[in-house]
Amino acid sequence: MSQQTASVPIPTAQELATARHLRPRRFNLESIVAMTVLFLFTVYFLVPYFWLIVSSTKNAGDLFGSFGFWFAPNFNLFSNLQQLFTYQDGIFLRWLLNTLLYAGVGAVVGTWLSAMAGYALAKYVFRGRNLMFSLVLGAILVPVTALALPLYLMLSGVGLTNTYWAVLLPSFVSPFGVYLSRIYAASAVPDELLEAARIDGANEYRTFTIALHLMIPALVTIFLFQFVAIWNNYFLPLVMLSDEKLFPITVGLQTWNVTTAGSSKFLYGLIITGALISSIPLLAGCVVLQRFWRGGLGAGSVKG
Amino acid sequence: MALESVTSLSPSVGKSPWFWRRRGSTPYLFILPFGLLFLLFFIAPIFYAIYESLFRSQRSGLGLGAATINFNGLSNYLQVIHDPDFFTGVGRVLLYGIVQVPIMLGLALLLALLLDSTVVRFKPFFRLAFFVPYAIPGIIAALLWGYLYDPGLSPIVKGVSGLGLGTPDFLGPNTVLWSIANISTWAWTGYNMLIIFAALQAIPTELYESARLDGASGWSIAWRIKIPLAAPALVLTCIFSIIGTLQLFNEPQVLSTISNNISTSYTPNLYAYYTAFGNNNYYYGAAIAVLLALVTCVLSFGFLHITRRQAGV
Repeated sequence: MSQQTASVPIPTAQELATARHLRPRRFNLESIVAMTVLFLFTVYFLVPYFWLIVSSTKNAGDLFGSFGFWFAPNFNLFSNLQQLFTYQDGIFLRWLLNTLLYAGVGAVVGTWLSAMAGYALAKYVFRGRNLMFSLVLGAILVPVTALALPLYLMLSGVGLTNTYWAVLLPSFVSPFGVYLSRIYAASAVPDELLEAARIDGANEYRTFTIALHLMIPALVTIFLFQFVAIWNNYFLPLVMLSDEKLFPITVGLQTWNVTTAGSSKFLYGLIITGALISSIPLLAGCVVLQRFWRGGLGAGSVKG
Repeated sequence: MALESVTSLSPSVGKSPWFWRRRGSTPYLFILPFGLLFLLFFIAPIFYAIYESLFRSQRSGLGLGAATINFNGLSNYLQVIHDPDFFTGVGRVLLYGIVQVPIMLGLALLLALLLDSTVVRFKPFFRLAFFVPYAIPGIIAALLWGYLYDPGLSPIVKGVSGLGLGTPDFLGPNTVLWSIANISTWAWTGYNMLIIFAALQAIPTELYESARLDGASGWSIAWRIKIPLAAPALVLTCIFSIIGTLQLFNEPQVLSTISNNISTSYTPNLYAYYTAFGNNNYYYGAAIAVLLALVTCVLSFGFLHITRRQAGV
């Protein structure tokens, strides 16, 4: 390292400007190796999804009979979609809307609660703070599936099982969200700013909303993680719900999968098409939220 | 004091509801909504599970009468500790974790570093491509890969045997665990990469601008600056992976419908689930779940303790 340092001449300001101008350099070995690695893993990550897209355009016969990684001569996507949305009186649409409700409401409320709790843990000194943060940290390490069964028995005691609340209420609690927002508030929200707000006459809640602006990248992260976690959740709704009309997509599709269990090939097509549809909102969300990621968790820092 | 006298001059303070004035109870107001739900839906179930695990349901005689529920002390736990099914399951997921977690996190770190480097183009495309598996629910990913492993449906199996290379068996007694590992790696690498990538982006660029001026190569910047500064994120992803590994459930459950080599006690979590819901033995199931949670906590706290300096918590 030190030898290297000695042997490299210090570039002049103009050389630096040129170097910056030329970046990213196009044809060097490093770049080629890096791009190759990235392309190989892109193939690994996308091929199963490609298979899903291809398979959703096939009828039951082609699904088993034709080459899996390419389209069959018959393009069946629209009839698959039509079947999917009309099968069992259009229960799939209901599942889709349920999933949106669980994930949307759960993530908005969960992010809000996490932001307030994390902010308080980061910016106030109070009795029980360390205990609270240790509890939150510990809760991140608790396997959530271990909670599902006792939670079911507790909620059935007050008649809340098999309702929307049975899935929504536990989804509001995100210890990881509190952890993230505490870490982020501690580093990105300067105390001087809060003091200035207070001197200007802002009450504590108003001060918090000012801090919230600086916490936006963390809030987007928490929202995204929480939304996806609820959208993808299978175990909790499986345990809590028995009425098909309340199911999210994951439980619904798995119910179809279990009921077919190899006998009815017709449902395979529906499950595959349903899986494709269920991934679209999340993908769209990721594309939309990407611009928030550009600044990453480092944006809005103290330097402001 | 001085602060308060200044604040009282401000006109807007009069409009504030009294409970949002600064006082000792303010932080508790902020924590209250989360804290209440946390207590009800997180802490209470843990104690309820522990409470349940101390009972057992017994039927008299031939098991035809109504079951009675008796206090059982710690004997459920004694039984779990001597239960070979539980230990085989724990051993299996540990073996799985020792192999799968380093591979997945190494991959996530490599991809995050590449995306953070200056030599790569089309970054938004790659980031999105790696994120695609995360947008697919775990249960759906398991179904999807199940189709890709299933000899009747899989273009991979058909393709390989078509090339005359024999028929790969992804669902055999020795291979199915690694087929599950592949599903998790596929599903979670992008997620972990994003956490690490966010940490890398948070590093002030001046830090490596000056290293670059000193002639440090991209690799030595990665090794000496980026990886040490991203260590808290690595510790975090590692802990999540340890927890996820010990909780392994969706993938083996789905694959068990197409493979005969996955028993109902294949993983400890599967065992707890089938004990509770399959055999309706909630009490023994609760004991398994509590013990599994305990093993998980010991391992993840232990890991956190070892890496305390890197974790920064």
